[in-house]
Amino acid sequence: MSPLDWWLLLAMLLFCIGAFGVLARRNTIVVIMSLELMLNAVNIALVAIAQFRAGSQGAGVLFSLFVITLAAAEVTVGLGIVIANYRAKRTVENDHFDEMKG
Amino acid sequence: MEAADSMKIAVILIVLLPLVGFITTLLFGKRMGGKAHIVPVALVTVTAALAVYAFGWVFQHQEEPFVWDAFSWIVAGRYHASWGFQVDTLTGIMLLVVGIIGMLTHYYSIGYMRGDGGYYRFFAYLNLFMFAMYMLILADNFLLLFLGWEGVGLCSYLLIGFWFDRKSASQAGKKAFLVNRVGDFGFTLGMFLVLVTTGTLQFAGVFDKAETIGAGTLLWICLLLFTGAVGKSAQFPLHVWLPDAMEGPTPVSALIHAATMVNAGVYMVARAYPLFAQSETAMLVVMVVGTFTAIFAACIAITQNDIKKVIAYSTISSLGFMFMALGAGAWVAGIFYLFVHGFFKGLLFLCSGSVIHAMGGEQDMRKMGGLRTRIPVTFWTMLIAAVALVGIFPLSGFWAKDEILGGAFAHGYYVVWLVGIVTAFLTAVFAFRMMFMTFWGESRADAEVQAHIHESPKVMTVPLVLLAIPAAAVGAVVGWPPEAGWIHRFLDPVFFAVEHEEFEWLGTGGALMAVSLAVALLGVYLAYVLYLRRRELPERLAARVPWAYEASLRKMYMDDIYEVVPVRSTIAFSRFLWTGFDVHVIDGAVNGIARLWGWFGDRLRPLQTGRVHNYAFGILAGALALVVIVGWVWGI
Repeated sequence: MSPLDWWLLLAMLLFCIGAFGVLARRNTIVVIMSLELMLNAVNIALVAIAQFRAGSQGAGVLFSLFVITLAAAEVTVGLGIVIANYRAKRTVENDHFDEMKG
Repeated sequence: MEAADSMKIAVILIVLLPLVGFITTLLFGKRMGGKAHIVPVALVTVTAALAVYAFGWVFQHQEEPFVWDAFSWIVAGRYHASWGFQVDTLTGIMLLVVGIIGMLTHYYSIGYMRGDGGYYRFFAYLNLFMFAMYMLILADNFLLLFLGWEGVGLCSYLLIGFWFDRKSASQAGKKAFLVNRVGDFGFTLGMFLVLVTTGTLQFAGVFDKAETIGAGTLLWICLLLFTGAVGKSAQFPLHVWLPDAMEGPTPVSALIHAATMVNAGVYMVARAYPLFAQSETAMLVVMVVGTFTAIFAACIAITQNDIKKVIAYSTISSLGFMFMALGAGAWVAGIFYLFVHGFFKGLLFLCSGSVIHAMGGEQDMRKMGGLRTRIPVTFWTMLIAAVALVGIFPLSGFWAKDEILGGAFAHGYYVVWLVGIVTAFLTAVFAFRMMFMTFWGESRADAEVQAHIHESPKVMTVPLVLLAIPAAAVGAVVGWPPEAGWIHRFLDPVFFAVEHEEFEWLGTGGALMAVSLAVALLGVYLAYVLYLRRRELPERLAARVPWAYEASLRKMYMDDIYEVVPVRSTIAFSRFLWTGFDVHVIDGAVNGIARLWGWFGDRLRPLQTGRVHNYAFGILAGALALVVIVGWVWGI
């Protein structure tokens, strides 16, 4: 296993933990935290590839900067929704929010 | 060619002035109120003068018709239609009829329509009619003729239904329009066939190729064109609209439904003379339809009690006479009759309008009588018109009717001649039945109406007198001597292959003339006996043969037949299309498709749980599936 593979394995583990969190947890705040975990797993993968693969010219690093920015925006919106929901129903458990049921 | 240049201006103005009158009257007439007639009447007067001028031009240039391709109208591939005008001797005759009667009717209408709520509208429509009628007779191709043809049809519809708040009037307008559609459908098909066969619709172009058209095709062309004429000129079985058209104001009946528009069918057949002359079968059909219509309508006219209905059926009968003449090969006689008929029948209608005016709107002859001394001008002019219609020497109808009957006899159609004589007899009876019931005897009107009987104003009686002059004299002027009169030489260039009959005073011609005159006098005498001397006789006669009387009174049940066959069946079929086809098949298909998708939607709804988990799981599963598929495709 090359050093890159170790990094990628780490990224994959973090991603899977995040994905599990998104699917399994009912608390919306935790779901958002898990989402952050997934995003950061991707960031690790990007930075690692940029480091170990020749010819990428730092594009991976740049990419991860974008991801971080977007993640910040996404969290802002996400937490805003959570607060709005909390005001409406006094709860952040997302299985209480099923008004869009068909 | 200075003369031709002035003709161009004249023709353009003849067509445009009435159109200008129509537009201005429609736009500004309402504000002019009782003065709305000034512009249209002035324009129509100028137009009539121009029409007489154009006639004078043709009079000087009989051999070479004026043909002018003004400008292009429709250009589509090889087909080319233009605003082309043609003035030959036949057009000249029509110009005189339309111009003079049109103008006099306009003047008459000033008095007749005074105080009507739609005064300006009436004159606007009348001018539009003049425009279309001039277009019809000046056209040099079938398409432009059709434009005028439909134009006069539209005006006829508008004017029959002029008092549209009366249910019967609006119904009559619709009836006229629909019945004419049947004829026009045939006419349109005929035009298509002409176009396909000869590649052009221009009269000259078509007629040049007339001899090269196959006999079968030619027969179809003629029959289809004749279908249009049957509708427009109210021939059996499409005559039913004309009696109902009497719902319109009387000047309209005089101008459109007696003197001009209904002649359009006769004119068109005469115009297509080179086609019809080639097809003996078509001629025979024209003659049979005309002859049958002539006697059929006369049989109905004899029992009608509405003064205008009598004249309406008389008009149908007269038009039948014209077609009889054309079909029998007496072309000139047919146009001769058209010419004089326009004057005396128009006059007859205008007089009946004056009578109705005097009677305060009453049209039932059973409530008239004794008007001879009360409205003398109307009486004398109407008497002239009636005598001319009956065909008593030396008034107009005599010469024309005699030439038709003589023509039929000379061509060996003895049965047609006999039917014609019987029709002439019936015509004499019903015309003088009308005269005696209206003008002689004691008055049968209510006391209230009695007090109001008055002669019409000058603006109405002067046109009557002016029209009475040609109604009386024009026949002898243009038709003397018989079979060789001026009109024969005049129309020679149009009916180029027609041979002139020899007329012998002491031979067949003179004998036939004597017979027709004797029969007419006999008819008048019979009417005198039945409706003046022994007034109880008609009722006893009717009681003797109730079925015949009933049939005549009920217009030979034609309206009832139409009511059952085309009208009811169409309504039943439409009802089926509505409740059967439309509701179940069309709506069924549309609603069925909607319901199908609704069903699908219902099945798919559970997927939308509203829970974020499920969606997130879907996204992840989709992403994974993509990874797997992409990996499989790339073969990793």
